[in-house]
Amino acid sequence: MIGAAVAVASTSCLGAVVPPLAVLDWHAVFFMLFAAAACGCALAVVLADNVVRMAFYLVLSLGATAGLFFLAGAEFVGAMQLMIYVGGTLVLLVFGVMLTAQAPFVSIKTSAGEKAVAGLLGGALLTLLLVAALSVEPWRRPGSVGPTEPSATPLGMALVGVRVDEPPAGSPAVGRSGYLLPFEIISVHLLVVLVAAAYLARAKRRKTPRPVEMVASVEPPVSVAEHAAIGREAPAGAPARSGSVLVGGGS
Amino acid sequence: MTAMIAPVAWVCPVFGLGPLGHPPGVSHYLVVGAILFVCGVVCMATKRNALGVLMGIELVLNGANVNFVAFASPWLQADGARSIGLDGQAIAVFVIVLAAAEAAVALAITLNFYNNHATVDVDRADDLKG
Amino acid sequence: MVEYLIDRVGLPGWLAWTAAAALAAVLILNVIAGGALVFIWAERKIAARIQDRLGPTRTGGKFGWLQSLADGIKLLAKEDLMPDGADGMLFRLAPYVSFCASFCAFIALPFAFDFVGLRLNVAVFFVVAVLGLEVFGVILAGYASASKWSLFGSMREAAQVVSYEVPLGMCVVVPVMLAGSMDMVTIAEKQAGWFWNWYLFHDPFTFVIFWVYVTCAVASVNRAPFDLAEAESELVAGFHTEYSGLRWSFFFMAEYGSMFLVSAMAAVLFLGGWNGPVPLATLAGLSEGTGDTAGYLVRLLGMVNLLGKATLGVLVMMWIRWTLPRLRIDQVMTTCLKYCTPIAAVMFAGAMLWQLFLPGGLVPGMRRPAGEIREGWLEGPGGRAAASAPTGSGDLVLVPAAQVRP
Repeated sequence: MIGAAVAVASTSCLGAVVPPLAVLDWHAVFFMLFAAAACGCALAVVLADNVVRMAFYLVLSLGATAGLFFLAGAEFVGAMQLMIYVGGTLVLLVFGVMLTAQAPFVSIKTSAGEKAVAGLLGGALLTLLLVAALSVEPWRRPGSVGPTEPSATPLGMALVGVRVDEPPAGSPAVGRSGYLLPFEIISVHLLVVLVAAAYLARAKRRKTPRPVEMVASVEPPVSVAEHAAIGREAPAGAPARSGSVLVGGGS
Repeated sequence: MTAMIAPVAWVCPVFGLGPLGHPPGVSHYLVVGAILFVCGVVCMATKRNALGVLMGIELVLNGANVNFVAFASPWLQADGARSIGLDGQAIAVFVIVLAAAEAAVALAITLNFYNNHATVDVDRADDLKG
Repeated sequence: MVEYLIDRVGLPGWLAWTAAAALAAVLILNVIAGGALVFIWAERKIAARIQDRLGPTRTGGKFGWLQSLADGIKLLAKEDLMPDGADGMLFRLAPYVSFCASFCAFIALPFAFDFVGLRLNVAVFFVVAVLGLEVFGVILAGYASASKWSLFGSMREAAQVVSYEVPLGMCVVVPVMLAGSMDMVTIAEKQAGWFWNWYLFHDPFTFVIFWVYVTCAVASVNRAPFDLAEAESELVAGFHTEYSGLRWSFFFMAEYGSMFLVSAMAAVLFLGGWNGPVPLATLAGLSEGTGDTAGYLVRLLGMVNLLGKATLGVLVMMWIRWTLPRLRIDQVMTTCLKYCTPIAAVMFAGAMLWQLFLPGGLVPGMRRPAGEIREGWLEGPGGRAAASAPTGSGDLVLVPAAQVRP
């Protein structure tokens, strides 16, 4: 029994090591590649302690997701993901990480109990989602990859309020209108956010000197307890370092 | 030919997903989306660094986006049946833009917090605790 | 390519696809690596001449042809150092991140009609997006080096690249708007014919915005006078201070790859792509749309054309580098936010109005409308109607009225 299982396993491994190229579907292969990268890096984000590494894994994960979008035929969304998410948002995020990456904060550990509870809940949620994802029979059938109309032009037209795409009959999309109003709303929203973010993060003038600068200049502490202690001792109301070269002097 | 496909089918036989010999379907994307979503949720729950929480949010939004794109894709549907068409892609675009806005504001708040409290540990944000 | 392998060589379909993909990848890789070798040599010679020196003269004969190769061998043999306080994994990975971003952008870059790794519907957008990812390698390198010089360099680079993406995007949008497509092959096709069909000479606004594009492109690939990230007179060597040997050379390959890429993009977007100033092939009655040997030869000629234009762009960047002094960081930001962005915005609006009210240009009859050129091409001997049809649907005219629902 066990011998048979081992034999089957070894042959299947051999089959996987020397894949029969002729019958491989490259679409599926690249899907597996990108999916593994996206999921693996997402997992690494969760497991990593160092915040800079987390940012790096997040970049890889979102980049791989952009690859998945390209594989799904959503070229515009994929390029948008690369441009805005990976190239814009995450650069911003890494920037924030570097502005705050003082030695004590690079890795803030979480207690094992919290991790265990979160893992348990996450596992339960994952099971639920997987059951839901695999419960519908038509979704489990393999897709039909073939040449289709590029979606960027109809998408752009839809964003300015004109629907030029022809959804298949019976699809819930029949009779839907364009997206001019949401498009305008997010434009204004972006402007508001831009102003608000600049206002929130501006370099403020301070009258009092900053006692925390002394804290930042001491040797990086060793244990987690010491990190916490240092933060507690520091009086509130002062940053650990003056404004960066880019933001301009803070004092 | 089928005999040659069979060994590769072990990659995901448990879920009843297709082997590597077939193009992926909607379920494949949904599984990826689910994993990204759960990773994001766990990340939000466990990280104490405010920026780590922010990264968790990005992962959650991204997992949702994967689902939207999967349902919108004409390629993933068996016989192109129940694709929601362009709407899914449009929503994905909106999600990306709003995520960028959200990240900008969250980052500004984090930097402000850091300016005032000299830490990015969200557990320290307890000034209003009674 | 694939059809050729299947029909002439007789390979089975899957092998033909794999071979074609591998060949394309190897060719692009060689363009970057080989190009870097040539450009580094050229940069040395140009720098030397501008500074009234001779530059390399010994290695490989009179002009020092082999100097870059000798340098490459030297770099291979160098010890690979890593600072004690460095974050090992990120330090090792950073150069590859930079290089991969630069390399990936080449996938969507057409070298001639149909000579493109992947004909993407959103090629322009893709290239600009991927090019922006190169900054990650630099940021990671700066952080992981555990050196203040490196961190300063990478922070400057991050701020600079993110800022300059805004005007760069606006400049790139103008040719996209004129062509009505983000497909680079279509954009270049629409500039076929004599050189006055190039988008550079389309109207005064595009002429101005080309120079804004050049400024932003130089800044976004971190060349002098915008090379704040590696300002050697203040930051030792900026973000790659701690790097040596092969990893260091990966940064350089990425830099020269990006330079070539933005130059090739300028050529495709503004300078007619693979269409020479004089349409020699069309005058001789040849069309590159055909699949026979003549068509391939015309395409090869087009490729030489494009490579020539891109190389010229790179040489101009070197000329600028050794001529202008470096800007301060606040001057860099001023250039971007107070000059490039507003100018690009105004020129964008101007080009849009010009396209609305004067689509034929000022001199009647000189410019053939882009649509006419394309229709002529569609009827040409190879019949590219099938290939161009999906991109053609970008024009509103082609959408049947019945399908348009408000």
